[in-house]
Amino acid sequence: MNPFFAALAGAVDLITHADQKLVDIISLSLKVSATAVVIASVLGLAIGAIVSVTRFTGRGMVIAALNATMGLPPVVIGLVVYLLLSRAGPLGHYGLLFTPPAMVIAQVILITPIIAALSRQILEDAWREYQDQFASLGIKNASAAATLIWDCRFSLVTIALAGLGRACAEVGAVMIVGGNIDGVTRTMTTAIALETTKGDLPLALSLGIVLVAIVLAINIVAQWLKSFAERRYG
Amino acid sequence: MASQPPAALRLLPVRAENAAVAFAGKSILRGIDLEITKNTRTVIMGSNGAGKSTLLRLLHGLLLPTAGRVVNAVGEPVATQVLRQHDAMLFQRPVMLRASALDNVLYAAKHQVRGITMPPPHVSALNALQSVGLAELANRPARVLSGGEQQRVAFARALVRDPEILYLDEPTASLDPQSARQIETLISTAAGRGVTIVMTTHNLAQAKRLASQIILLNDGAIAEITPATQFFIQPRSAAGRAFVEGES
Repeated sequence: MNPFFAALAGAVDLITHADQKLVDIISLSLKVSATAVVIASVLGLAIGAIVSVTRFTGRGMVIAALNATMGLPPVVIGLVVYLLLSRAGPLGHYGLLFTPPAMVIAQVILITPIIAALSRQILEDAWREYQDQFASLGIKNASAAATLIWDCRFSLVTIALAGLGRACAEVGAVMIVGGNIDGVTRTMTTAIALETTKGDLPLALSLGIVLVAIVLAINIVAQWLKSFAERRYG
Repeated sequence: MASQPPAALRLLPVRAENAAVAFAGKSILRGIDLEITKNTRTVIMGSNGAGKSTLLRLLHGLLLPTAGRVVNAVGEPVATQVLRQHDAMLFQRPVMLRASALDNVLYAAKHQVRGITMPPPHVSALNALQSVGLAELANRPARVLSGGEQQRVAFARALVRDPEILYLDEPTASLDPQSARQIETLISTAAGRGVTIVMTTHNLAQAKRLASQIILLNDGAIAEITPATQFFIQPRSAAGRAFVEGES
């Protein structure tokens, strides 16, 4: 049998039988990425909201920096977090290197700028629309920002889902700070990289199929949310 | 409607004293001296770019004067959070939150400093929606309402603040004639209840129906302030005569 189809058949078998190793890897990946997205959403939305409703010296530079950091190479983030968390690093005494929290930290650094930059754009567009009305009602900026976040919630959830997709699909940073330790820090992407080099193609492909399915599902949910909000609220 | 705030907080009369507004070095308004007194219906008119909307925003406190001042009855600048509680503004394009019509009005009610004699925000919001004839659409998402209905929700949102002054920036400019007449009726009703009206419009017939006095702006300066009955028959200024002749 063609090696690709042999691997595909093995992958389907692993998925349909809910192979425990496969389930553990998927479970850890989702836990790490979901935790990172929740933390990054809180940070990113706060940054996006502050930048969108306030005017201060250097604001243009902050926006440029936010946009630039959306494209930070994951391996560079991984390297920086590795240096910070390594035994000799400033945060080394916490003993986080090669643990899931280290991977969460790396993913938070990776996706916070994405959520901050994209939410800043959405909230600023909304701010332009609402600014006079808020001012007319005598509403202060902090309260206005909270209203904007709630009013744009569907678009912002879509951004968070995009962040989740990015986190799930990321390999470089989690490989460096997690160490790809079996049963401890092995995620879908790091396992795919490892199993491919080991020649365990069915496991690698099954993880790839699940990963693509997750990313696809996230995009379908995001699209559905957007159309639901447009239908429901105009 | 228009219950009396404490004297120290009272807005009226609002006075602009030699006020000017400039953006990026370009003069938009200059030498503005006027007084908005209680129970008047002031319509600000002028050609495009004359500074009508800027003057309205200046009086409402959304803009700070770059020279001169705009003050309330006791000489305080109108652009303060506390004084903002006593007026309201209706914009040409109503801005609706992604929420029901009722929640849009409720939002304004909840952000209003409420006297002890005022009903709870929810009751005030429902009453305000009822007063603009939209009680039956209270739970409908505001953004899916027609333009005229959205403007009425915005009107309810203004009324729920129990304003002393209601500023309206071309409130019927984007509405069909029937919706425009509904808004005019609401303006007249509010004025009848003691709300002081200050509005801009391009519509001369509408100004005739609603105004007690006309402020004519010409190139960022006041050309004249004239009782409406006189303005449409015998304007005082050359700009006024040209405006009335050109528009009628």
